[in-house]
Amino acid sequence: MGLDRRNFLKIAGLSALFGLGGKAAVDIFAPGELEASMEAVPLTEGKRWAMVIDIQKMDEELMNKVTKACHREHNVPDLGNPKEEIKWIWKEDYEHSFPGQQHHYIGDDFKQGSFLLLCNHCSNPPCCRVCPTQATWQREDGIVMMDQHRCIGCRFCMAACPFGARSFNWGDPRRVLRKEDLKKLNPDYPTNRDYPTRSKGVVEKCTFCAERLAKGQIPACVEAANKVKENALTFGDLADPDSDVRAVLRKHYSIRRKPELGTEPNVFYIV
Amino acid sequence: MYDGGKIITGLIIGIGLFLFPFYYNAGKAAKAPDPELTPKAKEAKVCVMEKAYMTANHFSLLDEWRHTVVRDSNRYFTAENGKVYYKSLQVTCLDCHSNKSKFCDQCHNYMDVNPYCWDCHIVPEEKK
Amino acid sequence: MLETALKGRQIYWGWLIFLLALIGAGLGCYIYQFHEGLRITGMGRDVSWGFYIAQLTYLVGVAASGVMVVLPYYIHDYKAFGKITVLGEFLAISAIVMCGLFVFVDLGNPVRVMNIIMYPSPRSILFWDMIVLNTYLLLNLFVGWNALSAERKGVKYGKVVKTLAYISIPWAFSIHTVTAFLYAGLPGRHYWLTAIMAARFLSSAFCSGPALLILLCLIVRRVTSFDPGKEQIRTLSGIVAYAMILNVFFFLLELFTAFYSQIPGHMHTFEFLFAGLEGHGRLVPWMWTATGFAIISLILLIVPATRRNEDTLAVACASVIIATWIDKGLGLIIGGFTPNPFDRVTDYWPTAPEVMITIGIYALGFFILTVFYKIAVSVKEEVVA
Repeated sequence: MGLDRRNFLKIAGLSALFGLGGKAAVDIFAPGELEASMEAVPLTEGKRWAMVIDIQKMDEELMNKVTKACHREHNVPDLGNPKEEIKWIWKEDYEHSFPGQQHHYIGDDFKQGSFLLLCNHCSNPPCCRVCPTQATWQREDGIVMMDQHRCIGCRFCMAACPFGARSFNWGDPRRVLRKEDLKKLNPDYPTNRDYPTRSKGVVEKCTFCAERLAKGQIPACVEAANKVKENALTFGDLADPDSDVRAVLRKHYSIRRKPELGTEPNVFYIV
Repeated sequence: MYDGGKIITGLIIGIGLFLFPFYYNAGKAAKAPDPELTPKAKEAKVCVMEKAYMTANHFSLLDEWRHTVVRDSNRYFTAENGKVYYKSLQVTCLDCHSNKSKFCDQCHNYMDVNPYCWDCHIVPEEKK
Repeated sequence: MLETALKGRQIYWGWLIFLLALIGAGLGCYIYQFHEGLRITGMGRDVSWGFYIAQLTYLVGVAASGVMVVLPYYIHDYKAFGKITVLGEFLAISAIVMCGLFVFVDLGNPVRVMNIIMYPSPRSILFWDMIVLNTYLLLNLFVGWNALSAERKGVKYGKVVKTLAYISIPWAFSIHTVTAFLYAGLPGRHYWLTAIMAARFLSSAFCSGPALLILLCLIVRRVTSFDPGKEQIRTLSGIVAYAMILNVFFFLLELFTAFYSQIPGHMHTFEFLFAGLEGHGRLVPWMWTATGFAIISLILLIVPATRRNEDTLAVACASVIIATWIDKGLGLIIGGFTPNPFDRVTDYWPTAPEVMITIGIYALGFFILTVFYKIAVSVKEEVVA
């Protein structure tokens, strides 16, 4: 052989690098090429899902019902302490929903009343920019989606989200079945056997009920709200000028959380 | 050979330990896996793909399903016979094969395979 | 060259065994964390990054500081540093290894770590951080090892090594800039959302790293027969002095912007760190301690007499390390998350298992450092003989 051992090892090493780097290179320079070769159905094109929350029509009881409906639909456990809390939609008072807006002379109604907060499914989401595995990404229909199969639990998205919309599974959520004190808080967990739970070590948040939208159903929170008070929550497509959300936004003044950050949130509040 | 005694002794002990699983289990055969179909599955006659394909490749199918469902929002699968299925392990697959311990676990335990699907996807409650 | 690490005095082996014990304890705690999840740490929904990421941030700085020895040698022909470039490079290696481990123990799903490589996300700074840190590790390993090998054989190292050494200079700046970008581009975290973040990171890196290197050189001089050199330590002390002055100056610039503008979002974190906010003030004594040590270090470093005296210099270096570690290792991360997006304050403090895992990783880093330094020093002692 004309090749000495040193050169052989050099060539073998470089070949291995090229081989291993090949897929990564394809993914960097032609992103999606490999995935595209798998059969893909076009997404709900030309849509931009959004929600309008009419605070005037909501009260504490309705907000509690809505929160419960969402958490029951998605097997979100009650872990009993704020440190490990997982919440997809929740109540928050005015001062803390819109920090910096509140002034001293505001009426008691506003001071004590609550707002309903959830992931804003921003049009320019910082959380998707920072995810190193694209376990969270923005779909063409505007929904900021979660892929629990891919999430490595780095929590960069939680640091990036300016709205505190994301929760992490610090432990196994199914421990509510094993620990006495948590069993009492979650008597019929899992509450929806048609939807998975999560495992420990992944981030979760509201997904605008993507699985329900795919079946032509509205999000669980909107459905629950409509049973009590029509149009307290309005859900629809901003890209469709004739949609309910567009009509509501045209008619009433609305605000969004932290608009100055440029994330373009798609959850609007009628105050 | 230099230090021959130590080497031969070491070799015998090492190879002996290495072959332990074989001669410990010599003559005994683990019970072959015997997956049972539920009445619902028997009635359905066909799975989403042929039995031979599913036995060999169900994990690849599920991997492609989970990718296309979550990431491409493609939630429906058309089988070769034209029937459309909702792509879901716990809602579709386990609807027919609701006896995980007598079906899935049979082969999985035999092969000592621990898919982590069940960490998140809920298993239907089985009657004992 | 590895065989030189297998010969040593009792003190060497004793130290390694002590470190192994700490590594074992840390590993045990990590196995506990792997099973229970990150809930055993002090982190929670509001402060979702904590002690581990803080150590990562600090150690990337220490790793980058290797350039403070390499740059003068190559770019400014400062031949004196030729004696200790290898020590700087080996310090960088052990620091980067610790960085990687701190990321690993902080992941919720570490078994999926290859997802970053399988699904590259060029828009994510974390992706680039992974690339630059690993490349820097390889650069330092390759250059340091080959340079030392050449020294042992009494030959000049080849052009490839030299080229890579030149590349490692801007690369060192880049690793800490990229790490700063992890923080400086997040729209919701006002303590971090400042252009000066990268500059602050670099300046604190270039005082804390060389300060640690000085202390290591003094230790090496004490326990081995290799003397890194009085002139080398003197020059390094000058670098530490300037970098610490810049570091403190940049911090004061931040204070001015926050408190002259009187914008609540800018002020709140400083208030939390230095005075307490909404009744939470656990970090206040720590931050003032850091301030005290920073002032001590500045005095000792600026006054020529105390800078040139190696005993007071050692005190100054230790003060720099303490001050920068508290500021970057505790204040930066916890401060970034406080107050939270809802303007509330949530307490964070590392738990015992979290601290033990951290100690275990530091022990592993020092283990690697000790072994590498043993090799370097043995070779240099050999060459002199």
